[in-house]
Amino acid sequence: MTAQAARAPAAGAAVTARGPDGLVFEARIELGGFLLDAGFSVGPKERVALVGPSGAGKSTVLHLVAGLLRADRARITLAGQILCDTARAVDLPPHARRVGLVFQDGALFPHLSVRDNVAYGARARGGRAAEVRATVERWLERLHLVELAARRPAQLSGGQRQRVGLARAIVSGARVLLLDEPFGSLDVLTRDAVRAELRAFLDEVGLPTLTVTHDAVDARVFGDRLVVLDHGRVVQEGRWEDLAAEPRGAFAAELAGLNLYRVALARGSGLREARVGGVALHVLAEGLAGEVYAAFAPGEVALSRERPAGSPQNVLRARVTTLLPMSDRVRIRLDAGIPITAEVTREALARLGLEPGVEVWASVKATAIRVYP
Amino acid sequence: MANAPDARHRRREGFGPLWLGSLGLVLLIAIPIASLLFTLSPATWLEQLGSPMARRALGLTLLTTAISTALCVVLGLPVAYLLARFDFRGRDTVATLLDLPLTVPPVVVGLALLLAFGRQGLVGRHLEAWGVQIAFTRVAVVLAQVAIASPFFVKAARAGFEAVDERLESAAWSLGAGRWRAFWTVAVPLALPSLLAGTVLAWGRALSEFGATMMFAGNFPGRTQTLSLAVMSAMESDLGTAVAIASISLALGVVALFGARALARRFGAPGF
Repeated sequence: MTAQAARAPAAGAAVTARGPDGLVFEARIELGGFLLDAGFSVGPKERVALVGPSGAGKSTVLHLVAGLLRADRARITLAGQILCDTARAVDLPPHARRVGLVFQDGALFPHLSVRDNVAYGARARGGRAAEVRATVERWLERLHLVELAARRPAQLSGGQRQRVGLARAIVSGARVLLLDEPFGSLDVLTRDAVRAELRAFLDEVGLPTLTVTHDAVDARVFGDRLVVLDHGRVVQEGRWEDLAAEPRGAFAAELAGLNLYRVALARGSGLREARVGGVALHVLAEGLAGEVYAAFAPGEVALSRERPAGSPQNVLRARVTTLLPMSDRVRIRLDAGIPITAEVTREALARLGLEPGVEVWASVKATAIRVYP
Repeated sequence: MANAPDARHRRREGFGPLWLGSLGLVLLIAIPIASLLFTLSPATWLEQLGSPMARRALGLTLLTTAISTALCVVLGLPVAYLLARFDFRGRDTVATLLDLPLTVPPVVVGLALLLAFGRQGLVGRHLEAWGVQIAFTRVAVVLAQVAIASPFFVKAARAGFEAVDERLESAAWSLGAGRWRAFWTVAVPLALPSLLAGTVLAWGRALSEFGATMMFAGNFPGRTQTLSLAVMSAMESDLGTAVAIASISLALGVVALFGARALARRFGAPGF
C-alpha cells in the first residue's frame, strides 16, 4: 500500500540499463575553487545521513542527485535507472529524475493552497485528474494535513510546512527523498516532536532517504548509516555507533563529542609515546605504530589547581580558554599546546575557580585514551 | 510600514522641517497642473474635448498604446526572465542596451528608428522592396512607443523575477514540471505584482511618448497624431484646444499611476 501509493501517479520511466537498486552516487564537480569528489550509496529502503561541516559540499551532492547542477564527471543511478552518466553522455533533466527534494523550510509554493502544493508534481507529470485527487487526499490524510488543506503555506508552522513538502515530494512519484537540513528552521521547542513525527512518517513511506544535516541528533535519528563529508570528500562512513567509537576527522569527533588527535605513535609495546603538535601523550596501543588516531571523552579529563600526585600518566599544564555551560555540567575548552575539551560538574567548576585565563593541570589516564588506525 | 499599528505612537521630530523641505518639489508639480485645469471654463473645455482633433488623437493613442504595451509584455517577458535567471557573458551589455532609451533623448531614438526602418534605412530598404513601409505609419507610432516604454516593463519584470525564490522553481522542476511549466505556474504568478506594475508603467510611458514618435512616425492627424503630438499642433492655432487635449493626457497619466499603485497594493509589489 505504502509503496504503491508512493509510486502511484507517475508512469514507470523506461529503464534503459539495469543498475543496482537504491541510489548510487559517484561524482566529481569543480565549483570555483571548490572540488567535490565523492561516492556513496543508499540502499532501497535505507536512511542515510550525509553529515559534515558547512561548506563540505552536502548541498552540492543533493543538487547533483536532483540534476540541478551538472557534474564534470558523474555516474548516478536510482532504482536501476541511470540518472546521469557522463561516460555515456546521459544526463536526465530534473523533471525526469523523480527525485524528491524536501527543502529546509519546505520551499512550498506560497501562492498555492496546501492541497495544490501537494498535487503540483502529480499534475505536472500529467496524472489523470481523478487519480491525482485521490492520491492527494490519501496523503493529506496520512500526514494529518486534511484540516490544513485549504490553507496557504504562510499560515502553517515550520513542522507543518515540512510535512507538506514531504507529501508533495511523495505524491510527485519520487523514488528517493532528499531532505536538506530538515530542522534548520525550526525552533528548539518543537524540534524534538517534529523530528520524531517525521521519522515515523519516513518509516511508513519506505523510500530510500538521504538527509543532509550538521546536527548530531538529526544524523542519528535520520541515519541508519552516516556518510561524513569534508572538503568535498567522504572521510568516513558507517553506523552511528562505529563513528562514535572511532571517529576519523574533526566533524565526526564533534558528532561523537570526543577529543580527537592524529598522533605519531612510537614503536614498541606497553605504555608508549604518541606525539601531537609538540605534546607527548602516553597511550596503550598494542599492534599499532605510525600515524594513528587517539581519542578520549571530555569526561575522562580530570582538572586540578595543584599538580596531581600519583601517576595518571598524562599530566598537562593547560589554560582555560572558554566555558560552555551544558544542562548539568560545564564544558571547558583548554589550551595545552593541543586543544582539549574537558567536562566538569558545576560544583567542581566553583571549587576550582575556573574561568578563562586560569592555569590548571589536566590529567588523563592512558587507559582512557582509545587508539586506532 | 506607514500603516503599522504603532504609527500613531511614533515620535514625530523632524516631520515639520521635512515637510517644509518637500514643499518645493510638490509645488513645482502641483501649480502647473492646477493652471492646466483652471485655464478653461468647464463649457469651453467640454466643447474642445469634442473636437475632431481631440477625439481622433485620443482614439489613436488608446489604440497604439494598447498594442505597444502588449508588445512590451510579449517581447519583454523572455528577456526579463533571461536577465534575471541566467548568468552569461554579455548579460550586462544586453541589460544596458535595453536600458538605453531611458537616458538617450527620445528624439534621438526616433532618428535612429528612422535610419533603420525608413525607406533608405538599413532594414527599411529591404522592406521597401517587399512593398512594406513602416516610417510615418501607425506601425511606426507603435514601434516608437515600444522602444521608449519597454525599459520600464523589462526593469520591473526582471526585478520581479529576481525576487522570486529560485528554490521554488528548482522545486517545481524537480517535481516534474518542465522549465516552461515551472515558468508559467511558479515564476509568473509570483512575479505578477511586478509584472502588472511594470505593464502599467510602460503604458504610462507610451502615453506620454512624443519625441521618437515625432521623428519616426511624423505628426499626421488621424494617422500618427497621438495626444501629445496633438497638444503641440493645437498650440499653433488654439491654446484652448491644446489645454483640453493636454488635460486628457493628464487624466490618463493619473489613471496609469493610480492603477500601478492600486495593483501594487493589491499584490504587494515592492517599490511603490
